[in-house]
Formats: sequence, C-alpha cells, structure tokens
Amino acid sequence: MNTEISGVLLSFALTLLIAFPLGKYIANVFKGEKTFTDFMNPVEKFIYRFSGIDPKKEMNWKQHMAALLSINLVWLVYAFFLLLFQADLPLNPDGNPNMTPDLSFNTAISFLVNCNLQHYSGESGLTYLTQLLVITFLQFVSAATGVAAVAVLFRAFAEKTTEKLGNFFVFFTKTITRILLPLSIVIAFVLAFNGTPASFDGKDSIVTLQGDSVQVSRGPAAGMIAIKHLGTNGGGWFGANSAHPLENPNYVTNMVEIIAQVILPMALIFAFGFFIKRKKLGYVIFGVMTAGMLSFMIPNMISELSPNPALQKLGLADAVAMEGKETRIGVAASAYWQVMTTVISTGSVNSMHDSSMPMSGAMQMLGMMTNCFYGGKGVGLLNYFVFLIIAVFISGLMVGRTPEFLGRKVEAREMKIASIIALLHPFLILVGTALSAWVSVRHPEADWAVKPSAWLNNPGSHGFSEMLYEYTSSSANNGSGFEGLGDNNIFWNVTTGLVMILGRFLPIIGPIAIAGLLARKKYIPETAGTLQPDTATFGIMTYAVIMILAALAFFPALTLGPIAEYFQIY
Amino acid sequence: MKQYILPSLKLTLVMIILCAVLYPMLISGVAKLSPGAGKGETVEVDGKVVGYKLIGQSFTADKYFWGRPSAVNYNAAGSAGSNKAASNPDYIQTVKDRIDSFLIHNPGIKKNEIPAEMVTASGSGLDPDISVKSALVQVKRIAATRQLSEDLLRNLITANSISSFVAPEKVNVLKLNIALDKLK
Repeated sequence: MNTEISGVLLSFALTLLIAFPLGKYIANVFKGEKTFTDFMNPVEKFIYRFSGIDPKKEMNWKQHMAALLSINLVWLVYAFFLLLFQADLPLNPDGNPNMTPDLSFNTAISFLVNCNLQHYSGESGLTYLTQLLVITFLQFVSAATGVAAVAVLFRAFAEKTTEKLGNFFVFFTKTITRILLPLSIVIAFVLAFNGTPASFDGKDSIVTLQGDSVQVSRGPAAGMIAIKHLGTNGGGWFGANSAHPLENPNYVTNMVEIIAQVILPMALIFAFGFFIKRKKLGYVIFGVMTAGMLSFMIPNMISELSPNPALQKLGLADAVAMEGKETRIGVAASAYWQVMTTVISTGSVNSMHDSSMPMSGAMQMLGMMTNCFYGGKGVGLLNYFVFLIIAVFISGLMVGRTPEFLGRKVEAREMKIASIIALLHPFLILVGTALSAWVSVRHPEADWAVKPSAWLNNPGSHGFSEMLYEYTSSSANNGSGFEGLGDNNIFWNVTTGLVMILGRFLPIIGPIAIAGLLARKKYIPETAGTLQPDTATFGIMTYAVIMILAALAFFPALTLGPIAEYFQIY
Repeated sequence: MKQYILPSLKLTLVMIILCAVLYPMLISGVAKLSPGAGKGETVEVDGKVVGYKLIGQSFTADKYFWGRPSAVNYNAAGSAGSNKAASNPDYIQTVKDRIDSFLIHNPGIKKNEIPAEMVTASGSGLDPDISVKSALVQVKRIAATRQLSEDLLRNLITANSISSFVAPEKVNVLKLNIALDKLK
C-alpha cells in the first residue's frame, strides 16, 4: 500500500514540476513574446489569412463573447448533423448505426461544451469518422475556447484602464498551435508505443486460448486519448474510458494521463500571475485551490483504501474495494484519479465511480459542485474568479470600505452577475435532480427507450446519488458518471443537454462580463487601506466563501444520497 | 454576431483539417513503428493468434488460472464495469455466489484465503491481470488438475509476475496460462 501512495505523490510532484514552467510559457505566448514555438508563426499567419481574421484587431468583452458564441454555434450544428448520419458516411468498419436525434443532441452539446458526458459506448455508438471529425475535433476546440476565454481575464487585469482585450480568434488559434497540438502529439506517441491502438482497422475476431470466440474493438484511438486528457475533456474512445486496458495500458500510461489532465488547469493559474505581473496572486490562488483539492482528496483516499465493510462481513482474505477497479492501476491511483478528474472537470475515469465507497462518491460530487479547485481548462479559473469577487465584496463589507479588486471598484452590477453565476450551478443541479426523482417515482412506466422504473442500477439512496451525480456532472461540464444510470433515453438526453449548455456558456459570459466591466473602470491607486488579494488571509477568506456556499447549497441533497448510504453500510 | 460567422466557418474548416485529419494521420503513421503496428499487440501460440496482450480472456476450466469476474464476459466488442454499489443487497448476493463457486472449484481452500479481487468485477470487464496473491490461491486446484507440483507452479507465477517501484504487483493471466500449457 505504501508503494501505491508513493506513486500518487510522485504523480502530483511531476504535475507541479511541469505546470510551473508551462505557466510561464503560456503567459509568454499570450503576451506575444518570443517563445521556442515561433516556428508556428507562418502556420498561424496562413490560418488568419485563410479565415479572414485580422489578428491585430482588438476586441472588447462583448465582441469576444459574440465571436465565441458564433463559432460555437457553427460547431454545434456541424456536430449534430454528422452524428445523425454517421452510419452512411465513410470510415465505419464496424457498421455502427446512426445516433437518434435526442442522443445526437446530447452528444453534440456534451463535446461542444467540454463536458464529454457519454450516453453511448464508443465501441458501438460512434464510427471512426465521428470519433475523429466530431469528438477529437471538439476536444481540441472546446479546450481552446476555455483558454481563449480566460485569456480575456488575463488582459483585463494586465493593464490599468482598457477596453481592448485582445482578439478571440488569435487566443484560440495560438492555444491549439502552440499548446494543445504539440503536447498532444507527445502524449499520443507515448500511448501508441505502450499499446494503445492507432490504426484504422475495425473490430478483430479471435478465438481465445480456451476456445471462446470474441471480438476486440480497436481504432485510431491514441490521438484522441491524448487530447481527451490534455483538454480536460474526458470522453473515452471505449465505453470503459481509461479503465480499458487499450485506453490505459499500464501504470506508466496511467501516470501520463493523470498528469496530462492536471497540467494545463494548474499552469493557467501560474500563467495568470505571470501575465498580470502579480506572481504572488497566482501562488495564493494555487494555494487555495490545492487546499480545496486536498479537502476532498484525503477523505476520498481514506475511504477507498479502508476495507469495504460490506465485503468484510463475508470473511474473505481482504476486503479491498476492488469492484470497478483494475489490477494494474490499484486502489490508490484510482482514488487519486477519482478526485482529480472531478475537481478538474475532465471526467475521464480509470475506475467505475458508481462502485466507489459512499464517502468517495460524496467527495467526487463535491469536487464538481465547487468546480473551481483547479477546475476545467480556463473555466476553472473563471469560476474561481466569481467566488473571488464575492469574497472581495464580503471582505469590503466587513471592513466598511467600498470593495476593490486590483484597483477597480466592485459595484452592484458586477455583484449581481457574480451572484447569479454562483447560484446558477446549484439551481441547475438541484432542479434537475428533483425533476428526475419525481419522474422516476410518479411516472415509472413512461414509454421511453429506458423506462424510469429501470433507470437506476442500485436501489435506495445510492440510486438517488446516481441521478444527483448525473446533473452535477452535466452542470459542472465534467462528464464522468455513476454509469449504472440508464441514461440513453429522451428524458436524460434532453434535460442533461440543456443543463450542460447553460452550465457552460453562462459561467463563461458572467465572469468575462465582470472582467470587462472592471477593466473599463478608473484605476484607483493602492493605499494602506486597500484590500490585498495576494495574502494568505484573503486566500482563507475565498476558501471559506467557496466551501460555505457549497455546503449551504448541496448538503441536503448529499444527505439523501451518499451520506445516507454511508450510515447504511458502516 | 453576423460578422463573426464567416470567419468562424473558415476557421472551423482549417481546424478540422489540422486537428481531426492531419493529427490522427500523423499518430497513425508513426504508430506503425510500434509493437503491434498500432493495431494492438497480439499473442500467438504455434503461429496462431490466441488473443491480445492487453485484453483479458475468460478462463473457466479448472486447468487454467482464472482472471477476475467481468461484467461483459470478456468480450472486447464492448467494455463496462458492473456499476454496483457496496450498499446493494443484490450485489452482495452476487459476490456470495462467486465465493461459493470459487470454493467448489478449489477444494482445500478456505474462504479467508480468497482475495476480494477474485470475486469483484473489474472496471473495464477486460482486466488482463490478477495480483500474485490471486494467482497463488489457485495453485492447489491447478496442481491437482494437471498433476504438477505446487512448487513448480509457484515458480511459474514468480517468473511471470511484474512489479515496479510504484505500481501494484501483477500477473498477466493469458501469459501465465500459455506458460502453463508449455509445462507439459
């Protein structure tokens, strides 16, 4: 067990070791300073010229959002129709069928918004064409959208008073050409040489050593699995995601994949500090986020590494919670992944969360409910920014001064936006869960592809957790699931589709609006009485705001789910 | 918003070519140099493919080492875990049934010698490995079925186990069984 713990600590240390210089590099890329990737210059120039983009034209926050929404709309329509007609398009060696309209709606949104909730299994639900042209494509561009959005925040606080916040298309393009593509290529090579398939051959049929006839699904998976982690997307090539031995062949690839999904959200925090020339602010934010991550990691780790009481009663040699876990990965690395993938909004899994212990389930959900301890690529920092503004406001009230953040007055309009965004997340999760619980009790025989009476894979409070987890994951744009839930039917496809799209774009627009409004305001020079956001005191204040808001909003729902289940089996 | 639609369309087209066509083709091309040429590495016995190195197989005969229970019966056309919760009474009953069946097939083994791993389903349903402990508990059965000495089997397990400084120790079940077949 000790060796397993050292594996986890090594993973975290390596992540930090890569994320810090990467943060510096990202800051330089967005500043337009010289970097070693300047050989991409001609490629970018060609892209701008071909697309009719003037890279020197700066946008204000509204123009940024208009550009972001326009291009996302294009992708949504494109993805929806490709999925709808995939069976008749080329590169379908396994003869997989078209998606139903509701599944296509859900899947197109899911990958567009960087959520990667999957109501299908990759082996049977997609063709190689849609795996690449829809899924892989959206995994790149949705990640780049998040980074381009947070770059606006960088610009808003880098200068004193400004309307000009850079060009959305430039941030977006550079994210792909200088961050995502080069890193993805490296990771994909590592995966391919460890055994992940990368060729276009279809399913293979074999006779096993014992004489059974089985099939083995394959495909050009390595490239997709690289960006799936790097872009904090999380949607698997295969149904079992990174628990699948081809998607995650050994302990080394497991480590590479978990590091890949954490480095960019972490690097962006440091990048923020470097970019606005307030390194210390970056470190304080990193400290608060790490404290938040550990608040969920430690209970999760303890509950997974302790014996499963339900198995203990059976009198086996041990009671290790191995249900839903893989031997080559082990319990500690599975538990570490469970928390990282939920705090960071990746949503890929290397063990089945539905089978994890009750307290672990609660920690995974809390990771998504707070959704800002590192958080998704770009959007994690934007969510954190909302809580930061609320903390600034409350601190201001406590000392009796007009709240200020980095030399700009925080006033009623910004506070209204921050409050609405902070309340939206619990609203979407709780209303969705309440609706689904009501439908499953009141209309168990509704004539859908999966009848509500058959939705839940486990009875009692764990069944409730399955529904709560699904909406939490949708609204947090996470994409992992308590996968026992029978979710491929019109009810879940449509409701989670709507939750995902609201849970993506409003929490981007809100903080960007706040940043844009603040950037325009008159800069007030610092005095002795100015609130210092780069201190430990203010860090603790922000941590408290995040945790208290999460506890107030979600504790009742968690009590009905994982907490009730905990008392059932312990 | 209208002014952004046309650039968006064009930029989308470029990015599709860059990220969804050129990038996967590059990976696919380079992967041809990898073991298995990017098609997945297969395992052969006497020139005949009997499986994939990384994909677990169902072993139910007493003469073979068994892998872990699987929610998809080791058919890699799909993949899934059971998604059963520890609090689910039906699930606990399933585990009890697995224990009973293990005890019937392994005379001389007591319940408190069975690792939980051998009666709980893996995450993918295709787990190719078991721990060394799970292999050792099956030695008595295989020694009796194949009329081999237990020491010989224990040595075989040690020879086929893989451990590193951080990863859990494991044995690839298919590899172990192929080595077992070669013993006779």
